[in-house]
This record gives sequence, C-alpha cells and structure tokens, in this order.
Amino acid sequence: MIRRIFPYPVLSVGFFATWLLFNQSVTPGQLILATFFGVTSPWLLLRLDVPPIRMRRPLTILKVIWTFAKDIVQSNLRVAKTIVASPHPPPSGFVRIVLEMRSPYGLAALACIITGAPGTAWISYDPVDNVVVLHILDLMAEDDWAASIKTRYEKPLMEIFE
Amino acid sequence: MTDLPIDIPAWAALVTAALVLFGSTLALIGCVGLLKFSTFYERLHAPTLGSTLGLWSILIGSMIFFSTSQERPVVYELLIGVFVTVTTPVTMLLLSQTTLYRDRLEGRDPLSENPDPIDKTG
Repeated sequence: MIRRIFPYPVLSVGFFATWLLFNQSVTPGQLILATFFGVTSPWLLLRLDVPPIRMRRPLTILKVIWTFAKDIVQSNLRVAKTIVASPHPPPSGFVRIVLEMRSPYGLAALACIITGAPGTAWISYDPVDNVVVLHILDLMAEDDWAASIKTRYEKPLMEIFE
Repeated sequence: MTDLPIDIPAWAALVTAALVLFGSTLALIGCVGLLKFSTFYERLHAPTLGSTLGLWSILIGSMIFFSTSQERPVVYELLIGVFVTVTTPVTMLLLSQTTLYRDRLEGRDPLSENPDPIDKTG
C-alpha cells in the first residue's frame, strides 16, 4: 500500500525539498504545496515505467560529491592553463574502460560526472560488454585513467546504487 | 529587481566581485578554447569550464551578494547549479553521439582506427 502512494520515495523527498528551495520559505502554505507535489509528481513517472531508484550510504554520496568538487576545481585550472598557456594542443585521445557497474542510475551519474568535469568526456557506451569509451583532452594528466575512474567513482557509485 | 540596495559590507562586495570576475574569466577562456582546439572531440571539453567552476563561482558570488544585501540567506542558486550540472552533460552526450554517428556514416570511425586501449588522434 505504501508503495502505491510513494512509488519513488527518494524523488518525493527531492521534489519536496526543491519546491521549498525554489520558494525560499517554510510557511504552512508552502509546506502543503511541497507535500502535494512531492507525493503526486512521482505518480507521473509510474506511467513512464521508470525503474525503481534505490540510493544507500549517504556518507558515500557526500564523499562522491566532494571528490567531484575537487576534481572540477583541479581540471578547470588544468584545462584553462592548457588553453591559455600551451602553444600546442596536448596529446588527446580515447580511452576504453571495462566497467563492473550495471545500475542505470549509477551509469547515468558516472556519465554526468565524467562529462561534467572538463578534460574528460563520455563518448560511447556498449551495454553488451559494459565498456565505455571516454575522450581525454590531456592523456598525460593521469597515469592510469581507467584505474583512477574505477576507484574514485565507480566503486562508491556501485555502493550507492547497487 | 530595479531597486537593488547597494549598501553591502566592503568584504562582501570584494568577494562577490572577485568570484564573478573569476567565473566570467573561466567562461571566456572556455570560449577561447572552443576557437583554439582543432577537432570536435577536443572542443567538447572547452565550454565545460563555464558550466562548472565558472558557473559555481558566479553563483556563490550571487549568493553572497543577495544574502548580504537582503539580510537573509538566499540559496536558490544551489538549484540553478544542480540543474545545470545535471543537464549540461546530457547536451554534451547528445552532441558527441551525433558526431560519432556522423563520423561512422562517413566511414571514419574514430574509435575503430586503432583498436588498442589508447589511440591518439591529436
């Protein structure tokens, strides 16, 4: 029964918090509206047959966000330096990585993280072999791209989503 | 927002100015990179400067400015940041998928030229 009312509890909480943040107030009226949208919006997703989302380990989530934030600052400065200072483009190219993660939400999060950070981009994904191809702007910036992405992002994301 | 109060503390004005200037400089460098890089896959990396650290420093500057000038915490910039961070990669993915598809149609698949793990096209 509770599943019928809250098919996606994580999303319900997300909608609730987003509504309150948008309106920047916690008056009773806004709380009622936030609850209304938090409860009813996920019902629309039921029609779309979205696979159930399950997130665990809030501490790991914070750790991933922190790693991502550090990565963004470092890679921004590195890419900015490359654009401004270096006369020749760095050796760029494609890197293939065999993943272990299968969760669609985990893969989506990984794709957003990799594409969001300057210097790395998610180019293609083969669901049969679970192989992802990345484009790296400066291959020299890291010794082992596959190991770096697997230990820093894939492992914690698997803990969260699988 | 025409009657913006400008009586904010000096430290807040300085920090806001520094953050906004830093963020817009990063966005500008990203645009320069867009012109400078020669292949599509390299150009893919340049605009993310403006949509990540550039975006966040402008947003944090905005939060400091409006929080100090309105004397209450203003944090909905966080939502802008989250939405841009989640949606920009989707655009990038669509662009790269389209390019890959076009390259393959034209018989020059960048991924199959060198089947070894790392191939250099630079």
